[in-house]
Amino acid sequence: MTLNRRTFLGTSAVAAATLAAPMVRAQGKPRVVVIGGGAGGATAARYIAKDSKGDIDVTLIEPTRTYYTCFFSNLYLGGFKTIDEIGHSYGGLAANGVNVVHDWAVGVDRDTKMVTLAGGGTLKYDKLILSPGIDFVDMAVPGWDISAQNAMPHAYKAGSQTELLKAQLKAMPEGGTFAMVAPPNPYRCPPGPYERVSMVAHYLKVNNPTAKIIVADPKPKFSKMALFQEGWNNHYEGMVDWIGEDFGGGSVSVDPVAMTVTIDGEETKVDVANVIPAMKAGRIADIAGVTDGNWAPVNAADMSSKMDPDVYVLGDASQQGDMPKSGFSANSQAKVCANAVRGALTGSKVFPAKFSNTCWSLIETNDGVKVGATYEATDEKIAKVDGFISQTGESADVRKATYEESEGWYAGITADMFGAKA
Amino acid sequence: MRTLAAYVAAAAFAALPALADPGDVEKGEKLFQQCKGCHQIGAGATNRSGPHLNGLFGRKAAGLDGFRYSKSFQRAGAGGLEWHAETLDTFLENPRAMTSGTRMSYPGLKSAEDRTHLIAFLRQYSDDPANIPEADPTAQGIDHDLDPAILALVGDPEYGAYLSGECTTCHQAAGSDDGIPSITLWPEDQFVVAMHAYKTKKRNHPVMQMIAGRLGDEEIAALAAYFKDLEN
Repeated sequence: MTLNRRTFLGTSAVAAATLAAPMVRAQGKPRVVVIGGGAGGATAARYIAKDSKGDIDVTLIEPTRTYYTCFFSNLYLGGFKTIDEIGHSYGGLAANGVNVVHDWAVGVDRDTKMVTLAGGGTLKYDKLILSPGIDFVDMAVPGWDISAQNAMPHAYKAGSQTELLKAQLKAMPEGGTFAMVAPPNPYRCPPGPYERVSMVAHYLKVNNPTAKIIVADPKPKFSKMALFQEGWNNHYEGMVDWIGEDFGGGSVSVDPVAMTVTIDGEETKVDVANVIPAMKAGRIADIAGVTDGNWAPVNAADMSSKMDPDVYVLGDASQQGDMPKSGFSANSQAKVCANAVRGALTGSKVFPAKFSNTCWSLIETNDGVKVGATYEATDEKIAKVDGFISQTGESADVRKATYEESEGWYAGITADMFGAKA
Repeated sequence: MRTLAAYVAAAAFAALPALADPGDVEKGEKLFQQCKGCHQIGAGATNRSGPHLNGLFGRKAAGLDGFRYSKSFQRAGAGGLEWHAETLDTFLENPRAMTSGTRMSYPGLKSAEDRTHLIAFLRQYSDDPANIPEADPTAQGIDHDLDPAILALVGDPEYGAYLSGECTTCHQAAGSDDGIPSITLWPEDQFVVAMHAYKTKKRNHPVMQMIAGRLGDEEIAALAAYFKDLEN
């Protein structure tokens, strides 16, 4: 009790001191720098700029001018979306008052609160939000490193990698072999590799029906497993060979020159190899010194780093508890974070954290499935409250409605990230 | 306005069979079941989520005072769109093809024959107000057993604005419907009734049951207070 009271008083005193401090005001508007313009960063930047109505100076650093969403990039592989349909510009964010800087952030000095850009400039911040997504763990798949990404694409950051994988898929010889090396937990988009298998199978069924898909998986089970396996049996019988941990799926090496994949000692010559290695937080999180191991631990209530109260980490890079690493999760976390950052800088009302996630996956034309959950902040982590998942054996009408809903969600979340279409 | 003219021309062409066939009012009335969640028609009909549909024929699009139309509809009306059998036929086939930003969460009625029946039903309520039959079988009753105290809660729109972040990942703040219904400018009482119906699992939708399931009465009221005025 005494400890709680003392902690409470201590916090209040600090808060009061911060409000009274002339420092922030004297230098003009409080400054927020956001690194990474995906589902976490774009949403956070837009909400802080929009809701502070100009009282906070918001700068978003993002190297690319067109952002290709990872979500729905599998639908591009399957031929359900064009690459342009999953590309978004940052014009809407600028219209919401965000300064968008197209550059790489290469340094973070947390003592002087300064971000360094590859182009040489520096940016001061009062609050820094990191939403860098993922990078790959070196040598996670023996034989593969990032220099092999053209021979064996990961296509797990959408854009040119996705287009490359699609081109390789199209160029497969008749009756050829498509291999996927699936990643170990935790990784971006838990159903993603399996939706990709479904979309590749859809493409091959139409264009190259004697082709085969092999999946080497270090996990014994995966997200929506029963739903995907039911779908593969119903739509792509005999095409997909999933080799899980129990059958040596975790013992994999590749040779990007010889184009071979070796699973549990057995070498196979393949035509396409989609290698999705183990993941870690995007590099800038490491540079900023807010990671512990592969990920950046955060406080559930506001997504602030456990290493620095003025740094926040969103989305895939964060280690927060029960939420899956997904665009939906990052968008949800961004809104909680934006509310907290705005409150800290302008004294606006801070409401309790509420998080949610839903992941839709497409198995075959009009055969959509979904899984979702709600979450709350506890002292230890973001904890799951309640959830649901599509059922096996659902009617075609239900599955079609689920797919149509996913299209609505895509339009919704991209408008929420980048601003509504003009 | 070339696009609009093209639609009207296409509509006139497509509707030729419809003009030859007057449509079956009774079948149209059955089809109207799917509309009446939002639109009232007949004596005493008022604007709800959608505008009332009395006197629809000959009305300019977005032409009712006191109803807040989407920008898309306002533009269509300003561009000269009027409701007649032909334009309604085109609109009902695919509402978003005609007015891309409509808040009407309805994918369209694909059967030309069904559209003819529905238009015949609607046509009855445009003859002469005196002919409009008594409200009951068509006007929507707001049937629910929600505690009046819950309906009477006054929501805090600022809290609603924060909570709305959980909605706008799917439901667009601008009110467009691209496969997930629009929830902006929704009358407060209907919003509250709908959310409680999800919360108590009387309305079926796994995502909505989950989201509404953990919202408290005050939070639902706050969201209703926020969305009722949300206009981009």
